[in-house]
Amino acid sequence: MLGVQIAHITKTYRDIQALHDVSLSIGEGELFGLIGPDGAGKTTLFRILTTLILPDGGSASVCGLDVVKDWKEIRKRVGYMPGRFSLYQYLSVEENLTFFATVFHTTVKENYDLIRDIYVQIETFKKRRAGKLSGGMKQKLALCCALIHRPDVLFLDEPTTGVDPVSRVEFWNILDRLKKQGITILVSTPYMDEASRCDRISLMRSGKCLSIDTPDNIRKSFKKPLLAVQADNMYTLLRDVRKWTGTYSCYAFGDSHHLTLKDDTSNTGMLKSYLEGKGYHKILIKAIEPSVEDCFMELGDNV
Amino acid sequence: MKQFISFIRKEFYHIFRDVRTMIILLVIPIVLIILFGYAITTEIKSSPFAVLDYRRDDVTAKLIEQLQASEYFELYKIVDSYDEAETLFRQGKIRMLVSAPQPSKEGVIGIEVDATDPNEATALLQYATAIISTSDIVMRNPDIQIAQPGIMPTVNLLYNPQMKGAYNFVPGVMGLILMLICAMMTSVGIVREKELGTMEVLLVSPFKPVYIVLAKATPYLLLSVINIITILLLSRFLLGVPIVGSFTLLFSVSILYALVSLCLGLLISTIADTQQAAMLISGMALMLPVILLSGMVFPIENMPWILQLFANIVPAKWYIIAVKNIMIKGLPAEAILKESGILLFMALFLTVVSVKRFKIRLE
Repeated sequence: MLGVQIAHITKTYRDIQALHDVSLSIGEGELFGLIGPDGAGKTTLFRILTTLILPDGGSASVCGLDVVKDWKEIRKRVGYMPGRFSLYQYLSVEENLTFFATVFHTTVKENYDLIRDIYVQIETFKKRRAGKLSGGMKQKLALCCALIHRPDVLFLDEPTTGVDPVSRVEFWNILDRLKKQGITILVSTPYMDEASRCDRISLMRSGKCLSIDTPDNIRKSFKKPLLAVQADNMYTLLRDVRKWTGTYSCYAFGDSHHLTLKDDTSNTGMLKSYLEGKGYHKILIKAIEPSVEDCFMELGDNV
Repeated sequence: MKQFISFIRKEFYHIFRDVRTMIILLVIPIVLIILFGYAITTEIKSSPFAVLDYRRDDVTAKLIEQLQASEYFELYKIVDSYDEAETLFRQGKIRMLVSAPQPSKEGVIGIEVDATDPNEATALLQYATAIISTSDIVMRNPDIQIAQPGIMPTVNLLYNPQMKGAYNFVPGVMGLILMLICAMMTSVGIVREKELGTMEVLLVSPFKPVYIVLAKATPYLLLSVINIITILLLSRFLLGVPIVGSFTLLFSVSILYALVSLCLGLLISTIADTQQAAMLISGMALMLPVILLSGMVFPIENMPWILQLFANIVPAKWYIIAVKNIMIKGLPAEAILKESGILLFMALFLTVVSVKRFKIRLE
């Protein structure tokens, strides 16, 4: 079991605890997602694993190599795509790729088959300067540069942030194909809807890994009944639903509010009459399957 | 090695594609040398003077003619009274007054100068005394004496007979420009990679951190070679400063100084986190000492002892001494052993410190 092993990692920046006793085990060839909002500690974890910063406590290994002791060897074997665009703006697409290939002792030709699928999409712009590319293209180029040396493990820190929805789907399709090539991929994202594309995910919040499992199992672990509620005045509705005796928690989710019931004793009918009594119209209540985001909100309550 | 060359090529693309960087690297040196050579000068040219003439004979006429003939002086007015001359002094219309008394009285020719700017006053006094005392009409009239000074020293100006300011400024400007390009550009170049996040990607690669530093510094060293040549050509053919000594020697000591500056730049890059901070530190901590404490503008010997002591750690001081010795005085290599030794020591010391300080990680 090589891949990435993390045991009781902690990291503190001055008075902020960025990581709090994080343990994870990621198998070889797995596509693993770290899901969590900004400030959850995702980037810090990535930087520890890519040997860019030292942990305060605990230990971690990548491909069986210790992140503190064997930093030189790890740097040869991983591919890293930081959260912000980190290529040379003044160099063209082609020049950036050639530069990184040379830095990693390889050539574009040698590993072209690995990046071909992605590179064909930006090849038309190969003479354009990297700084003048659109957000999605920048990310594709950055991924090409991180892949050019055929790494054993790929670290992608929020690769789809600031990318349009179509490109995001494309990007995940690319990751699927890379996984088939046997590359271990660790990816972080603030978008809950992307979680289902991973083999396993870990929900992160405030420097803690809250739950580690497959997206399906995480959804199944949501035991309480879940309802989606809509009415004419959504703003006051949230407040009023939260006041209801049968409510465990309620959060705004796009066009409806997701309501978790305390237990099975309360039901849709009781809620409907409660809301009608409050003077709401066009009330729409239906039972729904929990999403990863529901699980995330639920876990957040227990922290 | 292939990685290294690829890195340097990337660095050159970066320099040549960024207009701002290009201007700093190639235009500023030329502007500085022209500015210091022509505009900022302490030389005296056509200083206005007045004559208070009680004598009214051919002696005064001859003196005025001879003062006018030099490029230093220009007659503003022949005044009738001392009061009138004083008004002109106050208004700043004249810098010097030559008074010739009636022949019947004691034959003393008086020179008075406006000493608001003491350096200028001293120079004016020297020039005027020299012109008047050597003029044949004064020499043939034993009754005429000059009031200032009593004893005339024989002045012989070595190495720079015309006392051209450029002789002093060219070595200074070379010190300034090499420091600007090597230190400031290198530090900003490295810090930019930190700021834009590319350093993060470079660190997570098999490229050794020490090579990152070296590859970053090499292009600027090459560019400073171009600058050294440009400055020397400009100063030789535009400002008329000769290169008396060995060109090879001058070139070698310049490269040594460029290395010291590069190392300072590397050191700054390990301290600063933003490009602005790097600019500010190189500006305040490097440029100011080069201008103020290197002897380029103000003579070090006249400074309080604490500043003199501090001037010793300013590399530009030693470089300027060495350049003056080679370029202006034409001395051989043995004459600059001490200076080159100190520069070499500084280069080694700074390399060790900055390589030690260079972070292989982000924090």
